Amino acid sequence: MTTKKIVTKLIFYILVLFVVIPILFPLVWIFISSIKTQVDITAYPPKWVFTPTLQNYSKVFQEQNFLKFFYNSTIVGVTAVFFSLILGLPAAYSIARYKQEKLNLLILIARLMPGIALLLPWYLLFSRLMLIDTYISLILSHMLIGLPIVVWIMTSFFASVPLEIEESARVDGATHQRTFISIVLPVSTPGIVTSTTLAFLFSWNNFMFSQVLSMERTKTLPIAVYNFVSYAEVDWGAVMAATVVIIAPAIVLTMLFQKYVVRGLTMGAVKG
Amino acid sequence: MLDSSFIDRHTKILFPLPAVLFVALMMVFPVFYTFTISFSNWNLTSGLPPQFVGFKTYLSILQESRFWYALGRTFYFTVLAVTIETVLGMIWALILNREFLGKNLAKLSLLLPMVSTPVAIGIAWTLFYEPTIGLANWVLQSAGLAPLNWIADKQLVIPSLVIVDIWQWTPMMTLIMLAGLAGLSVEPYESARVDGANGIQIFWRITLPMVSPVILTAVVLRSIDALKTYDIIYAMTNGGPGFASETLNIYAYNLSFNYFRLGHASVVLFFLFVVVMILSYLVAKLRQRLEE
Repeated sequence: MTTKKIVTKLIFYILVLFVVIPILFPLVWIFISSIKTQVDITAYPPKWVFTPTLQNYSKVFQEQNFLKFFYNSTIVGVTAVFFSLILGLPAAYSIARYKQEKLNLLILIARLMPGIALLLPWYLLFSRLMLIDTYISLILSHMLIGLPIVVWIMTSFFASVPLEIEESARVDGATHQRTFISIVLPVSTPGIVTSTTLAFLFSWNNFMFSQVLSMERTKTLPIAVYNFVSYAEVDWGAVMAATVVIIAPAIVLTMLFQKYVVRGLTMGAVKG
Repeated sequence: MLDSSFIDRHTKILFPLPAVLFVALMMVFPVFYTFTISFSNWNLTSGLPPQFVGFKTYLSILQESRFWYALGRTFYFTVLAVTIETVLGMIWALILNREFLGKNLAKLSLLLPMVSTPVAIGIAWTLFYEPTIGLANWVLQSAGLAPLNWIADKQLVIPSLVIVDIWQWTPMMTLIMLAGLAGLSVEPYESARVDGANGIQIFWRITLPMVSPVILTAVVLRSIDALKTYDIIYAMTNGGPGFASETLNIYAYNLSFNYFRLGHASVVLFFLFVVVMILSYLVAKLRQRLEE
């Protein structure tokens, strides 16, 4: 390699660092702060060298019932995504196969609707039905996050399934629902993984719906983390540990399904 | 009646039916309900039943300066954030748009801010912005600049919140633009090189026009999300100091769940709804054009 080539390469990697460092640094700092004592966190200038501690994490799990909140978030997320798939997959198939544009628009509106616009009527309705602070109301509300994501992503996937393989099954006498379940769905697995991951992430991160619809019993992680700072004296170490606890699963999921997450997130703007 | 041949004959209606019923119940009905109470003066604290007052609540909202300020702030936040995110996102995409060792890791790091829980991120940034112990002021002072009050300063609070939004969502723009750049055909580039065009000319004359539909769609989608920004603002400032960071979303939340002025809240929600409807229509049109 000539010197010029090496210099160009070096400049390029410095540019890449200019992109990556500002992105990663806040996350790294959150983690570093989570293993600092209160004294080290409030030190100024910020301390780079310190003795790490796990006391913040033990606070999060022992003084605050974070295991319970973790469980709540998981139950709500998993159930909401499950039912979003049950409702969304056939709907997306029908939009893709029969070009149901009006239906498509309805789903798009659901995807773009500000949550706050629905929260007030939901609150009034669910209080009347005595469903505040139950999994049912939370799951129903989170399904309105998951369903549009599933339909939005799966419509493009189903549209790209070649009609021929369905037609040959039809010729063999299979019904539409048979063809859909045993032929279309299996070849659309990547799409299902994409929409499941994204729908779960958005449910996991949702704050607004749980803020109004859940109380002590069904409190989800985002609310629990928020409640930490509303105390008079902020225990920053514990807050940062709680932040790590809520972000870590999302990051692990993203690492596992990186390709799918990228595809799902960019799908809105770039065709299929 | 629901035997398999019946389902087979009516797939077109039966397949989407459960989803449609669900959306009708959870979205269409609530929106109409909100619309109905926007014509009332319903206030839970008064203890009186809602009364039909026609457009009176609309007029009273339009006369509240707090509403107009919230509206202005919402657009200020959105325009500032989306503009910077678009330009920065494009620059980052141009840097990353080639094969190199570690590209997958770079793309993975782009994903992390987006998948991190906004409320938690907002709270963490509150620590960064802390005037006495925060990282932000340490960075300024290391560079020899005067420390700032960030989210505690009425003038700076929106730009400070915008920085968080930029951190979280510029990667989204970058990923979308990377996908757009990857789909470009190579011929125009080859002929431009033959004609002796330089890198900057190629960008303005060829790359930008070709990715502009992708950029436009990304900008509209991002704008809708930015208009709806709620979590980080609520977590970091709750609309404060004073009302200096109160956007329409926060204002509507306060009207509904802190002041219980349900009639007034509904009017604000209706405005928000109309803005989003217009933008949804735009997205649908853009998506159709992309698919052609």
